[in-house]
Amino acid sequence: MTIAPDLPLRDPLTARPYVVSTIRQQTHDIVTLDVRPAEAPIAFAPGQFDMVYVYGVGEAAISISSDPATPELLSHTIRAIGWVTRALNDLQPGATIGIRGPYGRGWPLDDAEGRDLVIVAGGIGLAPVRPAIMAALAQRDRFNRIALLVGARSPRDLVFRDDLDRWATNPAIDVHVTVDSAVRGWGGRVGVVTKLIPRVPFDPDGATVLTCGPEAMMWHTADALVKRGVDPNHLYVTLERNMRCALGTCGHCQLGPVFVCRDGPVFAWPEVSGLLEEREL
Amino acid sequence: MAAPGVIAPSGLGSLIALLRDEGYRVVGPTVRDGVVVHDDLAGVDDLPVGWQDRQGPGTYRLERRDDEALFATAVGPHGPKRELFPPRQHLWEAVSDGDAVFHVVEPPAPDERIAFLGVRPCELAAIGVQDRVLLDGLAADRVYAAHREQVLLIAAECHQPAGTCFCASMGTGPGVVDNDGSVPVARADLAITELLEGEHRLLLRAGSEEGSRLLDAIDHRAATAEDHAARDASLAAATEQMGRHLDVEDVHDLLMGNLSHPRWDEVASRCLACTNCTMVCPTCFCTNVEDTTDLSGERASRDRRWDSCFTIEFSHAGPTSVRTSTRARYRQWLTHKLATWIDQFDTSGCVGCGRCITWCPVGIDLTEEVAAIRASDGRKSTS
Repeated sequence: MTIAPDLPLRDPLTARPYVVSTIRQQTHDIVTLDVRPAEAPIAFAPGQFDMVYVYGVGEAAISISSDPATPELLSHTIRAIGWVTRALNDLQPGATIGIRGPYGRGWPLDDAEGRDLVIVAGGIGLAPVRPAIMAALAQRDRFNRIALLVGARSPRDLVFRDDLDRWATNPAIDVHVTVDSAVRGWGGRVGVVTKLIPRVPFDPDGATVLTCGPEAMMWHTADALVKRGVDPNHLYVTLERNMRCALGTCGHCQLGPVFVCRDGPVFAWPEVSGLLEEREL
Repeated sequence: MAAPGVIAPSGLGSLIALLRDEGYRVVGPTVRDGVVVHDDLAGVDDLPVGWQDRQGPGTYRLERRDDEALFATAVGPHGPKRELFPPRQHLWEAVSDGDAVFHVVEPPAPDERIAFLGVRPCELAAIGVQDRVLLDGLAADRVYAAHREQVLLIAAECHQPAGTCFCASMGTGPGVVDNDGSVPVARADLAITELLEGEHRLLLRAGSEEGSRLLDAIDHRAATAEDHAARDASLAAATEQMGRHLDVEDVHDLLMGNLSHPRWDEVASRCLACTNCTMVCPTCFCTNVEDTTDLSGERASRDRRWDSCFTIEFSHAGPTSVRTSTRARYRQWLTHKLATWIDQFDTSGCVGCGRCITWCPVGIDLTEEVAAIRASDGRKSTS
């Protein structure tokens, strides 16, 4: 059976064809692929992910990094790490990729309603929170302050520089960027992202925090936020594990009782901090 | 529903012939290479007639009996999972249209009517567990659902449990367990109880309309009170003979409260991480996907195959393996099977079939591991 726009898919494991429209090189090993569906677009929520297939190579779980208001143009931001992600980094415009999704539980923007919304991103971790930032700015009056704290190893490891520059001049959002180590010409802050947490103006009692980055960075971020007085129940993280099905049946992404694909990838911190603390769980 | 009936052992031949005439592939236990495996059955003679198994940690031997019993062997390495959720399954194929453009071709859904003959009660429970995992989740698994919908289950109750059996501990056997909702059990269309005391005979009880129809279609006499009493006695004796016992009281909290127990290090010093236990387990469901491209590069196939949490590459975050030690991988398997499975699917992942004990090359016995942890429970007093 050939998949055509008017035929429903029978198998949830079968990819739908998408066409690569533009490729944006973000860093030396990270690209953002903008793709258009060959079929009707499918709505997604900020924080959800897709299974992205490259011809003959395989599938990888990748967060959606584009604006949920425009599902007809989907972006995935991909670091070249394994076979699939390296192949995704080598694609050219016009190529077909397969996508199935969206999957998982996204960012709880409703939890931030009437509260301060604080977003902390490390490196490529800006990609999974970018749809949440866009959705929050589109419904700006639902939230009090919106603050974005971004960290990267060096200026050349920053992704979505255009967005950061644009948001920096937007009074609707308070943007703070820092790098672990600077290079000549960098006029911004230097230091790890957690150093920003005590300085940025927000009300810890009334803040909902979304965090995405390496697991170690999320630990330090959580510690710093809790120290400042943020309620851990309003602190959210997104986890990364390898996945084969995204449906809770291949078994790979288990973390204790949790299937990261089905129960996450976004979790309230108390849901997973104990599990992450247990080594090699 | 047809009333319970009794047939001579040879009467099973008529049932097999009837099923084959109706287009069923009849699959059941048969002896091959010194082991009871699952394969196609053409007649009663293909069953393990007059054989009995002797199973222990890391050992399996077939021995001759002095009678013509059909169902005196317990489970071998195979189970219905091989047919319902095969070790390798084709998912779909991407076909190149040139210039990095492709389209997707799905295979037709499996269309095969399988009648399993001689399914053990623990295997009915295992199918029930797999139903929860593969049918009741976010999306029903297409391959499993297609096989499962058409399957006919003819159970054989156990009168001769093996040394590694502990179904009585798990509440899944040795007789066919009624599905009262406490453990998920697949319904048997027909249940056979082999009675060896006195006249060698088979008691047949229908569990579905289809089973009832089949029972009506073969020559039988009505079951008597003596037949039912003989069944009760046989099952009671089998429960007594159960080779192993697993204390499941509080086992979820026992294991999850002992994640740092020294026993994990001890068992890891014996475990080879060979994956045998996961390959023979009737409920293990983990899979990987393989991509292969043909020589022309014009067709790229996606195939799913059984995977095991005992491999180092099974679970990783980014490029880093999550469980680099055998300790962590054994702990993952046992805690999943007996504890977190309950969180995920509201049932234990263990049905007490004992395969993981028998087929472990170094004879690791999960009932012994749980008992060792229980004997030196590291949890602080919860009272």
